[in-house]
Amino acid sequence: MVVMEKEQIPHPAPPLELQKPPEPEPRQPVMIRVEDVDFCYGAHQVLFDVNLEIPPRAVTAFIGPSGCGKTTLLRCFNRMNDLIDGARISAGSVRLEGRDIHAPEVDVVDLRRRVGMVFQKSNPFPKSIYENVAYGLRVLGVNKKARLNEAVEKSLRASALWDEVKDRLDTSAYGLSGGQQQRLCIARALAVEPEVILMDEPCSALDPIATAKVEELIYQLRENFTIVIVTHNMQQAGRCSNYTAFFYLGRLIEFGATSKIFSNPSERRTEDYITGRFG
Amino acid sequence: MIKARRARNRIAQTTAFWLFRFATYAILAAATYIFLDIGIKGSRTLFTTQAPFINVPFFTQGPQTLFVFDYEGKKYTLSDREFRAWKAEHPVEVEATSVAYSAGGVWPCIVGTGLLVIGSMVFALAVGICSAIYLNEYSQNTRSIRLIRIAILNLAGVPSIVFGLFGFGLFVIFFHWNVSLLAGWFTLGLMILPAIITASEESLRAVPNGLREGSLALGATKWQTIRKNVLPYAVPGILTSSILGIGRVAGETAPIMFTAAYALRDEMPWQVQHWTDFVFQGVMALPYHIYVVSSKIPQNEYTERMQYGAACILLLLVFAIALASIVLRERTRKSLSW
Repeated sequence: MVVMEKEQIPHPAPPLELQKPPEPEPRQPVMIRVEDVDFCYGAHQVLFDVNLEIPPRAVTAFIGPSGCGKTTLLRCFNRMNDLIDGARISAGSVRLEGRDIHAPEVDVVDLRRRVGMVFQKSNPFPKSIYENVAYGLRVLGVNKKARLNEAVEKSLRASALWDEVKDRLDTSAYGLSGGQQQRLCIARALAVEPEVILMDEPCSALDPIATAKVEELIYQLRENFTIVIVTHNMQQAGRCSNYTAFFYLGRLIEFGATSKIFSNPSERRTEDYITGRFG
Repeated sequence: MIKARRARNRIAQTTAFWLFRFATYAILAAATYIFLDIGIKGSRTLFTTQAPFINVPFFTQGPQTLFVFDYEGKKYTLSDREFRAWKAEHPVEVEATSVAYSAGGVWPCIVGTGLLVIGSMVFALAVGICSAIYLNEYSQNTRSIRLIRIAILNLAGVPSIVFGLFGFGLFVIFFHWNVSLLAGWFTLGLMILPAIITASEESLRAVPNGLREGSLALGATKWQTIRKNVLPYAVPGILTSSILGIGRVAGETAPIMFTAAYALRDEMPWQVQHWTDFVFQGVMALPYHIYVVSSKIPQNEYTERMQYGAACILLLLVFAIALASIVLRERTRKSLSW
């Protein structure tokens, strides 16, 4: 299946075999630990007893059919669900490097600086490209021109956008193409130097070529960041993730190295979903 | 059978179509009649047949008493000032009929209306935008917030004369501000506050949620998000819809007749003893002036001039404001899109 996709889309990322991480060792470090999490929107429970350990400096993909709670869990990690009336973790905890992110001493603003996010619909601000990337630093209180310039260039280079926009940093971000806008949003997230980057179906609105670029970017960013990506595109999960978690009806069905999930899943439902028998 | 039903349907359709068409054109006819009537009669006052074709005294003088008399077989209609000058030249007794307010112009009324509009809009925008931000960005959908929303809706339906009496009781009597600009500002401001809040909330709601989430996800606080990434994009919308509120403030008579308006005042608003007196002075205002000249003085052939002149100027003023709002809206629409 993965091979078939490769024929359709020219993809710059190395073949799957090369990016396979070593099989998860028993005592590897954990960036985000999800413990027994139940999640409710009002009276409607959408996550049931989820346990998950997201390793640092790797790409973890969440897959599963629509409405299975992938995005909800992702938005728990930077407490984006706080914005929704009546949404809450009703049991269990989410720990970032061992600390409960809902602990009273945790400042949600600090948390979101450490855990950046890229949204499904690219949402550049109606400002210039430069100001979009500098925004996160400006709200941090950084106003020194030299430092901003440096950070903007670094982030745009890291998101492989620099060569395309370096001559028009002062023009509106809305002049960029869809794929460029999404990479700009990634650059914007990188500028505040987070440790974790959450991506909520970052390629769902992009064409195959733009998708390939973003995927290549995700693959590169893995070296410095912990990335959690929600995707509906199974090939995408196979191409650019190290670990995959399969969700179904609000439960985590299976979590493991992507190679294992895709080649030899231990759960029947995972296999059925991956092979397209349902979902 | 089928043919008969088809014919019936066609007749029903045509009837409904003509009914709707008639209703629409009836509005147009009424509006045209009103504007033409006021426009034609008003332009007789506003414009003259000789250069500079604009009735300058009407725009630069205050209202004066008109004196009408016959002298040596010739009929004179002179304003108060002209009459005194004429008398100085002609030391004779003439029997003159005086018609109050029907000579001179409306300059102090224009100034007064301008001051009332500026002050009340500043007050209403400041309070209105703040409460709209609170309602739309901060508040949760609790029972008390729903109650506040109902209160705002109800406030929008309160007749303006009630606002006038409220302002009179609270600001003029209780606060001892007397008839003053300050009392008028607050009364008018409160009157259009519901409209401003609703308009502001709508503009805030039009800002896509992705911008808020994107900003918050970068570690901005809620206030930083609102200040840098929501309000700047909502302000053009807030201003354009508020400009329509200006038309209402400029035209309302009832709220100011007890709180801010004088029928006649000789000094201009800037002729005050001390600058602190500025906000505690009453002013003349166009809508109240129209009310006075059309219902408070005995009517005769000489009063029409001032009535239609003042009404025409008020209409032109409101027109200009509405036009400005349309131009502004089109401009901001072009510069802002997502």
